[in-house]
Amino acid sequence: MLSRTAAALYWLGRYVERADFIARLVEATVRLDALSARPAGEAAWASALAVTYTDEAFAATGHNLTQAHVARFLTLDASHPGSIVRCLEMARNNARAVRTALTREAWTAINRAWWLFQNRASTGGATATLNLVEQVKGETRGFEGSIHRMMRNEATWLIQLGAAIERADNTARLVDVKYHLLLPEGEAVGGVVDRDQWTTILQTVSAVTAYRWLYSDGLQPANVIDLLISRFELPRSLAACVEETVQLLSQLAKRTGLQGEADRMARARMARMQKTRTSEAIVSGLHEYLEAFIRENAMLDAAIARQFRFI
Amino acid sequence: MASRGAFDEIWGHGGPEDPRPEFAALSQWVADTPTAELQRRQQSAEAAFRQLGITFAVYGDSDAAERIIPFDIVPRVFLQHEWSRLCEGLVQRTQAINAFLEDIYGERRILKEGLIPPELIYRNEQFRPEVAGIRPPHGVWAHICGIDLVRVGPEEFYVLEDNARTPSGVSYMLENREAMLRLCPELFRDFRVAPVDSYPDMLLETMRSVAPGDNPNPVCVVLTPGHFNSAYYEHSFLADSMGIELVEAADLVVDDDIVWVQTIAGRVKVDVIYRRIDDDYLDPLTFRADSMLGVPGLIAAYRAGNVALINAPGNGIADDKAIYSYMPEIVKFYSGGEARLPNVETFRCREPQALKYVLDNLDQLVVKLVDGSGGYGMLVGPTATKTQIAEFRAALIAEPHRYIAQPTLALSTVPTMAESGLAPRHVDFRPFVLTGSDGVHVVPGGLTRVALREGSLVVNSSQGGGTKDSFVLMDAAAPGQSQSQRQGS
Repeated sequence: MLSRTAAALYWLGRYVERADFIARLVEATVRLDALSARPAGEAAWASALAVTYTDEAFAATGHNLTQAHVARFLTLDASHPGSIVRCLEMARNNARAVRTALTREAWTAINRAWWLFQNRASTGGATATLNLVEQVKGETRGFEGSIHRMMRNEATWLIQLGAAIERADNTARLVDVKYHLLLPEGEAVGGVVDRDQWTTILQTVSAVTAYRWLYSDGLQPANVIDLLISRFELPRSLAACVEETVQLLSQLAKRTGLQGEADRMARARMARMQKTRTSEAIVSGLHEYLEAFIRENAMLDAAIARQFRFI
Repeated sequence: MASRGAFDEIWGHGGPEDPRPEFAALSQWVADTPTAELQRRQQSAEAAFRQLGITFAVYGDSDAAERIIPFDIVPRVFLQHEWSRLCEGLVQRTQAINAFLEDIYGERRILKEGLIPPELIYRNEQFRPEVAGIRPPHGVWAHICGIDLVRVGPEEFYVLEDNARTPSGVSYMLENREAMLRLCPELFRDFRVAPVDSYPDMLLETMRSVAPGDNPNPVCVVLTPGHFNSAYYEHSFLADSMGIELVEAADLVVDDDIVWVQTIAGRVKVDVIYRRIDDDYLDPLTFRADSMLGVPGLIAAYRAGNVALINAPGNGIADDKAIYSYMPEIVKFYSGGEARLPNVETFRCREPQALKYVLDNLDQLVVKLVDGSGGYGMLVGPTATKTQIAEFRAALIAEPHRYIAQPTLALSTVPTMAESGLAPRHVDFRPFVLTGSDGVHVVPGGLTRVALREGSLVVNSSQGGGTKDSFVLMDAAAPGQSQSQRQGS
């Protein structure tokens, strides 16, 4: 496989996953906004921006923190590189550059997701916004499905590897921002926080039902954190992403013979996670823990680029 | 320029009520299928093209990357005997083009014998002294030729233009057929249409046949300028259907006169490159130094005989419009016989007498820039405004050698879906001729381009033309498989 192809496939995976995550985040925030007492919705949208590290970019637009403005910024704003429309455009550019490595189905899926956004100027009200992000989720699901129908080879694994790395990053940021936002000043962990806001976090990673299945004692912040960090059963948890990364790298190693620094880093990270208990991480500083995870994830991303000779 | 009086491929000179006898059934199909139904199928084909991203860019248009070429549902049809005759002419012409290129970059016998004015070669921008003396692997220059034909009557075909550089459109030939098979299956039940889907296999076979050395498993790649190029879809489509890598210049590196492609497992030696990059941008060390698209050292590797380039650099001299007017002489010189496919009568404006005639008859002629392509730099006299004619007059007087002129032909028409229903629209035709080390092959089909506006003669996709499927009918007795024409070179 061409080095350039490998890089484009990996980034295709990352950008589709990112578009999907932003769609989920917008969806959850619309709900949170609706549940909050007026005008508390501002805080919900501020935190959505914080999760995507775009609070400063949004501030630069000069708009106020309303649903209409932030939702548009995160979904349709073509001048903002972190918007869904731009993620899909980048995904499509990468897919286009490596069309020959994709099946017709996979290409069509991403092309259709991109067309969804063409000539759209506004998200409309809450219902329209929810419809739009629902469509995005449908299209990215369609893309993921098409990936699972591709040959089980390097092309497929590189896309999935990009998605796993991106997903780990997204979940870590979501937990980091929301946890500290929701934990009121001076309040002990597990104190009185808004139940709806915790539900929102679970919704963002499609884990409301999973939570009920795994924990019997009602909605506890510590349990939510545990679920999102350590439970391998939840596809978007850090543990699951870490495990998937290790598996994909070893499949790639078996097929291509390329094994190295990225594999070592991924395995070491998994070994550490298996030993860490979430409660300890919370006590010794969840923010530091997550920051270290995000940093390590970026280093792993760079190691993957070196190992597969991305150009 | 009215369509009235032009020969229609289906209706002949008779019109819908009185079609050519061989096409009575097709004409009946067209008549029996409600217009709304035909329009629905056509829209469905276009929606599929859009979803697949079968797009074409029109330079200078900001939405360029995302335009589809309009597709027309009514096919143009060749009878078996018409096709056989065309093939003979195509094979002869392609062999002559290859012989001409071999001669011009080699011995130059044709110049020594005085058949072509030498300055027409030496002062031509398409002539590449950089490749003179290089003989490409297996002596094949024009591996893929797109020869544009027009028809003006039942037996009258003319070559409008030879494309021996990087002719495009073959993906439309194949995708249009896919669309027709899906949308109008009944047509394939009623007519024995020769299949075109062997084209990618034939192309790969052609590429493998010209690989240098004796590697039984040569590495072949398609080289594209990148996914912003107007023909990118075709590049990816071809690589995909041949099962070979689509590479960009950045993927290639030349070391010690050998071309390598960079893969995740390291470097792999490349033997054959189907390049879809113009000569100018191919190798900054040989051609344009400012090119970012090229592969430094590629021409040195080619000169060393370590890689085959398809088509060979320097081919532009064979499809140049100034050379075109000499094609009948060129064909005769190398094949020893008269050209079976005639040229359109051509006035070389560089010749004073011809220039005078052209200036006196501008409103009757089509004037073309010799180095223009895709309908750019062109005057269609009969439909031009007074201002346009005046502009061309001035340009012709200033630089006559840059222009040729041809009479406006009554191009044949094919019934085409217009807003008000079916109406005759002018067409041309581009068959694709492959030359490998084992001879010349023609797939039974090609790209039919159609001018969508009433009376218009401009069929170029970059000027808003559309395309149609092109059926080659097999005789009832003929076997059902692909019937490529094979002849030794």
